Amino acid sequence: MKDKKKKVRNQEAGGVSRRDFLRGTGVVVSGAILVGEGTALASPQEASAGIRGPGEVPVTLRVNGETKRLSLEPRVTLLDALRDRLDITGSKRVCDRGTCGACTMLIDDKPVYACTVLAIEAEGHDVTTIEHFSKGGQLHPVMRAFVDHDAQQCGFCTPGFVMACIAFLKAHPNPTQDDIKKDLGGNLCRCGTYAGIREAVMQAAKTMSTGGSSNA
Amino acid sequence: MPECKYDWPAAADRHLIGTRISRVDGPAKSSGRAKYTLDINLPGMLFGKMVTCPYAHAKVTSVDTSAAEKMPGVRAVQVIQGPGKEIQWAGDEVVQVVADTEEQAEDAVRAVKVQYEQLPFLVNEAELSKAQSADRAAKPSATTQGDPEKVFNDPDMVVSDGEYGIPVIVHCCLEPHGHVVQWTGPQNIRSYSSSQGVSVYPAQFAEALNIPASNVQTICNYIGGGFGSKFSIDRWGVSTAQLAKQTGKPVKYLLQRSHEVEVAGCRPSGFARIKVAAKKDGTLMAWESDCWGTGGPAPSRGLELPYVLRDIPNYVSRFTSVGANIGPARAWRAPNHPQQALLTMSALDDLAAKLNMDPVEFFSKNADLAPQNLGKVYREELQKAAELAEWSKYWHPRGDKTPGHIKRGLGVSIHTWGGRGHASNCQLTIEPDGSVTAELGSQDLGTGTRTVIAIVAADTLGLPVEGVTVRIGDSHYPYDGPSGGSTTVGGVSSSTRRAAVDARDQLFAAVAPAIGVTADQLVAVGGRIQAKGDSSKSLTWKQACQKLGMKKIQTHGKNPGPCPNLISSGVGGAQIADVSVDTETGMIKVNRMTAAQDCGLIIDLKTAESQVYGALIMGIGYALFEEKIMDNVTGRMLNPNMEFYKLAGIGDIGELKVHMMTGPGYDERGVVGLGEPPVISPGAAISNAVANALGVRVPSLPLSPDKVLAAIQKGGMA
Amino acid sequence: MERFEYASPKSRKEAVGLLGSEWGHTEVIAGGTDLVGAMKDYAVTPKRVVSLKHISDLRGVRVRSGELHIGSMTTLRELMDDHAVKQNYPAVYEAVEEIHGEQIRNMATVGGSLLQRPRCWYYRLGYGLLAELDGKSLVSEGDNRYHAILGNSGPAKFVSPSTLAPVLIALNAEVALDGPRGVRRIALEKLYTTPTEPGQREHTLRPNEILTEVIVPHAAGVRSAMYELRQKEELDWPLSTAAVALELSGGTVRHARIVLGHVAPVPWVSPEASQALEGKTISEETADAAGQAAVRNATPLSMNGYKVQLARVAVKRAILKARGV
Repeated sequence: MKDKKKKVRNQEAGGVSRRDFLRGTGVVVSGAILVGEGTALASPQEASAGIRGPGEVPVTLRVNGETKRLSLEPRVTLLDALRDRLDITGSKRVCDRGTCGACTMLIDDKPVYACTVLAIEAEGHDVTTIEHFSKGGQLHPVMRAFVDHDAQQCGFCTPGFVMACIAFLKAHPNPTQDDIKKDLGGNLCRCGTYAGIREAVMQAAKTMSTGGSSNA
Repeated sequence: MPECKYDWPAAADRHLIGTRISRVDGPAKSSGRAKYTLDINLPGMLFGKMVTCPYAHAKVTSVDTSAAEKMPGVRAVQVIQGPGKEIQWAGDEVVQVVADTEEQAEDAVRAVKVQYEQLPFLVNEAELSKAQSADRAAKPSATTQGDPEKVFNDPDMVVSDGEYGIPVIVHCCLEPHGHVVQWTGPQNIRSYSSSQGVSVYPAQFAEALNIPASNVQTICNYIGGGFGSKFSIDRWGVSTAQLAKQTGKPVKYLLQRSHEVEVAGCRPSGFARIKVAAKKDGTLMAWESDCWGTGGPAPSRGLELPYVLRDIPNYVSRFTSVGANIGPARAWRAPNHPQQALLTMSALDDLAAKLNMDPVEFFSKNADLAPQNLGKVYREELQKAAELAEWSKYWHPRGDKTPGHIKRGLGVSIHTWGGRGHASNCQLTIEPDGSVTAELGSQDLGTGTRTVIAIVAADTLGLPVEGVTVRIGDSHYPYDGPSGGSTTVGGVSSSTRRAAVDARDQLFAAVAPAIGVTADQLVAVGGRIQAKGDSSKSLTWKQACQKLGMKKIQTHGKNPGPCPNLISSGVGGAQIADVSVDTETGMIKVNRMTAAQDCGLIIDLKTAESQVYGALIMGIGYALFEEKIMDNVTGRMLNPNMEFYKLAGIGDIGELKVHMMTGPGYDERGVVGLGEPPVISPGAAISNAVANALGVRVPSLPLSPDKVLAAIQKGGMA
Repeated sequence: MERFEYASPKSRKEAVGLLGSEWGHTEVIAGGTDLVGAMKDYAVTPKRVVSLKHISDLRGVRVRSGELHIGSMTTLRELMDDHAVKQNYPAVYEAVEEIHGEQIRNMATVGGSLLQRPRCWYYRLGYGLLAELDGKSLVSEGDNRYHAILGNSGPAKFVSPSTLAPVLIALNAEVALDGPRGVRRIALEKLYTTPTEPGQREHTLRPNEILTEVIVPHAAGVRSAMYELRQKEELDWPLSTAAVALELSGGTVRHARIVLGHVAPVPWVSPEASQALEGKTISEETADAAGQAAVRNATPLSMNGYKVQLARVAVKRAILKARGV
């Protein structure tokens, strides 16, 4: 088994393009079994009771509007599925325990900690990551505001904060500082960029309310 | 006019330097496009995970990796510390495994069986007597000057004494330490490393792997926080490279959060009994301190007290290093200074209170005891900070006498730092098509290095910031120093200035005939090369570069180098904290933090201010919340997560006011580093503000409700 | 995290059928905010995880014959957004509002909030819920700054982590539990128990039962409030909370129900505090007297004496808040 695996891997490891990487992970790194070729799904009875795993099972995710078919163990988190298998790395893994917000994604437009969502539980929902909001290289007004107010230093918490802010501004188009305190407390920064973030949120609120361009 | 051709342009001639420029890599970061080490995925890449020791002090007696090796997806297992090895802290690395997926690697970690012989340990050092009886305290070192004892015995002196402390805290970089290592040939590696020193990592890898340093390439385009903890490839860097070789695959290994906070960065602690004396007019006369602290099992270099006001005529300062099994010390933003500031400024603030003196006045009066002639700077900064903090309106003598359980107080502290630019090399290229690149083997920790390089080059060449492409974060670029000690901006701005001036002058020489004046009559301004005082004789930047024909201009600027006044060393800084304390609950709310900070000539005011804002916030965190909590029973860190290792959040910080000292008296000092100094004072300023509010000192950080309530009870004001 | 099989039943009955009759083998996942972390820490290692998210009738808030029925899979955000909750049960709204993080509110469910496992650091480090090592209580001998000050005479010294539970208990809520033998309805207060032996859990839910609904009685005329004390303004575990539900006639407290959180292994109902307040008009003094009564029997550990004061203040302030000051 191991040898066979190696052979496949070596073939896959030939190129270095992103496409190859994706192919490499989708097919091999995630466990040597081709999707659809024969998965860990056991008996039909269990399948009807909705039991899947513990081995890899096909999992279909809808990420930024695209359908992604993966083969995953049920224990794999949404964050790890996207980062390790799909090379969607804007969301960061930091605390890995649903405390710091660096992994914030939207599920059906609501911000969640992707480190604490099982990928299999995200099936049937729309998953949106930071990548969605700068498609075509254009910056979302929140991203622009983060740049203008220097609401970032090392930048590692930034994508999560941007995602939290995008969702926050949907709920609070005209936010107060108290709203920020109550609803944006789920993200942590180590460099100390909160002063800039407070200002960025206010600027973005203005831009977005005056119809500033948004591909949200 | 500059005296030397590389000097900074006169204030009127700077079109970018000193203005507010958005960081050039801001869009990449805010859009999530910036790729950090954690984000590097390579074809066929394997994932590493670590077996760590659960005991604070133990000897490895046996390691059995056989079950792990047979597990699905596992490609290699390496024993890092085998039988016989003595382990000095919980979380230390024992066995590393690599597998196809993270989950498989983690399963394999669970399957490794390690047996230990547990040994006696010490993990808490706040009580020195316990460390002494455990034989963990070194012989105290002492420095003395004058005759402090005589001063303390002088009945005309006002003497204050107290106990103060600041615990071990951790770096908690959001991006953990680690690497992705790939062998690109039998003797060649490329490492993607979360690094504060891309130019110094290759030598470390080379030595450990016994390959030529020139065969090692280290890349770090973005780093998710370092704060002084990422200067070494570390043991996991070596083993990750070895496992990559063994498996013939790239291997990714970054620490998991618990491991990161347990072992990858601890700031040494400081505790002290301090006695100080001053004349009734507030003139500081004598100091005596008995200080101790730990930075892990190895002896620590010790805290130097008193801090800033070092020239107290009579002092004796003793330090005892305590060896504790808490993980190894690493430099933490302004190493030792926050501890020294907390201990010194608290003791001096208590003395000022005893003198019935306004502490701003007290520090101003004694400011000339600071080295490097910073006395004047401190007085100006104290005045500025006091003005912005509305000191005269809100400050009161010790103990807020207004009714109710919310007590408000203000506190002040001052600090110092060196910050001379490090060795730096900038290679600047002007292509005939007008494109400009600056290449340096430096890195941007979020401090704005890229932006500063772009500004200096663009300002020199008369271009907009976007006219310069900055390439850093790769050891294949010219050598640059590691980013520590606030030395980067000084280093890169000075090397870039020299490279850019030389390149500009070569361009002048090439285009002078076409413009019809001599090269020394040309200026580069507004995207044009033109005759001084005659804009009719000019070429656009692009036209000018076209005159180069096939030949590009390539220059090399070096720091240190000619015109040494481009940079200097030594800054001050004054901060004031304004807090409210709930005396029923011991909870502290920061109303406002004010900072007045100098750093010589500022290249980018926007990112410079960000450094100070960030430092104030980080300071609020360690003043109120942060502590590496070590368990006396199990020897383990009890809060190796971000849930109980508490970082300040967006609602915890209050209002922040930052004033950068610029203009005459500051600019001519050249560029001085800034990253570290503003994080030194917040702990002391906040502690002093709490003392001002309550009328009693909460002796040690963090100022958690248990300690605040205990101090209130002790002070009898509940 | 260990491998597990994942089950996504479509009905309550099916869900119950997928659960084991002993603890350890199966776990229910609701919002996942606690369970996923606990599995990553290996604090729990189920072989099967049963998800309730595909059971459609577990979600939503309804008013039925005056009672508020909250489906266990209702998210905290949905609870907070419900008009009836905000209008008639302000303390419930406040409890969720105090969780200063939108991500948690979107993910965490009411059922999960009530059944989340303790945050005791010894438990999360793998020393078990009772945190015993070589016959010693790690909590007693080690660092207990965040541990229990009440109800801690037995081996359990952790604190009940839910901020919602004390509020709902103060409001006399009940919970519906579906099991193999049908539905049982118990007072929410009775959902909690203090374990005395290793392997025991801190709630009375059986391993093969699921919590389906929280029922809160009509609360007209009840003044409820909760007060939370935590070190950080932002997302942080409370050091002490208090929830009160008061019935007043004239200015006098006719009936009071006072429940403390984060001070004991269970949400701590304090009849002492209620007695101290009943028959009195609310003032700073009477509220404080109730606070004092609540902690009169506190038995703080070596490092958490300060929590006695915090609990007292939380009760006082919750009462004053309920009065509307």
